[in-house]
Amino acid sequence: MAKIVGAITTSHVPSIGGAIAKGLQQDPYWKPFFDGFPPVRDWLARVKPDVVVLVYNDHGLNFFLDKMPTFAIGAASEYRNADEGWGIPTTQPFRGDPELSWHLIEQLVAEEFDIVSCQEMTVDHAFTLPMALCWPDQKWPVRTVPVVVNTVQAPLPSAARCYKLGKALARAIASWPKDERVVVMGTGGLSHQLDGERAGFINKEFDLQFMESMVSNPAWATKYSTVELVELSGTQGVELLNWVVARGMLPEKVRKQHSNYHIPISNTATGMMLLEPAT
Amino acid sequence: MPNGKSRQPVPGTTIFDGEQARKGYALNKMCYSFNDAANRKAFVADEDAYCAKFGLNAQQREAIRSRNVLQLIEAGGNAYYLAKFAGIFGLDMQDIGAQQTGMTKDQFKAKLQAAAR
Repeated sequence: MAKIVGAITTSHVPSIGGAIAKGLQQDPYWKPFFDGFPPVRDWLARVKPDVVVLVYNDHGLNFFLDKMPTFAIGAASEYRNADEGWGIPTTQPFRGDPELSWHLIEQLVAEEFDIVSCQEMTVDHAFTLPMALCWPDQKWPVRTVPVVVNTVQAPLPSAARCYKLGKALARAIASWPKDERVVVMGTGGLSHQLDGERAGFINKEFDLQFMESMVSNPAWATKYSTVELVELSGTQGVELLNWVVARGMLPEKVRKQHSNYHIPISNTATGMMLLEPAT
Repeated sequence: MPNGKSRQPVPGTTIFDGEQARKGYALNKMCYSFNDAANRKAFVADEDAYCAKFGLNAQQREAIRSRNVLQLIEAGGNAYYLAKFAGIFGLDMQDIGAQQTGMTKDQFKAKLQAAAR
């Protein structure tokens, strides 16, 4: 039986890639962000996951607006990233796990989540940077399953739906017969807005409430519509839906192993959490 | 409106919905093409020809010409795609934010820092 051993949620700002490439982890601007990760790496070294199921949103690398799935799951044996338009450094390819991917797709569709399956898929910074933060040598010791949520083009899936997706994913993983350890990641947010006269919007109070809810009241965000989430967290802050999916994959009761929150990296309030099932 | 509510209820904010997606399709498609370095080079080499190839309308062409982000959004541009356009000129998100809010880059960075308090 596969087991979810924990969830890592983190921001995925593209400029993190530039900072990694330039070795700026100890630079005063970057240090408060990167300092969040050594405890996560120690934890990963301890729990030794076999697979990462990584929930994120694509930013126009794999999906264009010609076809925009609400939920999609990668089912490839390998995933590569690419130059995303501004010369982001590319990483080593990621190993997939097509058998587990198809198991998840089958289970989810059986539960009435009508997933788009992707046998070819590029992964963008929202996938690669959280992986690079967890494994800085970029020798990925895990297989990966990308789960993509549309946070780009409204109508977005509601937080309530995302939370339910997480629960369905958790049931699907629990029914995977292989004795494997699964780490969940949810990437994006927290509050930020890149576009419009409200560009630069950050909402620390909301972010901290949201992070607290991830521990003690996991359905809290589901009371908001996606438009309300945009109002509260910004047009790109709504990427927190990926955190909501990841949180849904853990049981009601969790233990917070570590968290970090820092304003700003680029235009973003960055958050990071490491949660374990409290069993 | 189906539910009687405004499509765009958040001040200073254009939610990228179906209406924007339809309006901005050609513009975003061109920006999507900038994932490929060869396409960025082709744009820089002959901007007019490149925009014509994607069928930008006059409003979109003018917004691209002026490098004006608010105009690009008005013309249907989506932030994630426009970021690829901005990347051609080496602009980062604080440059973009400063331009949209009428601040200097330093003022905009100070605004972001102030949100930490």
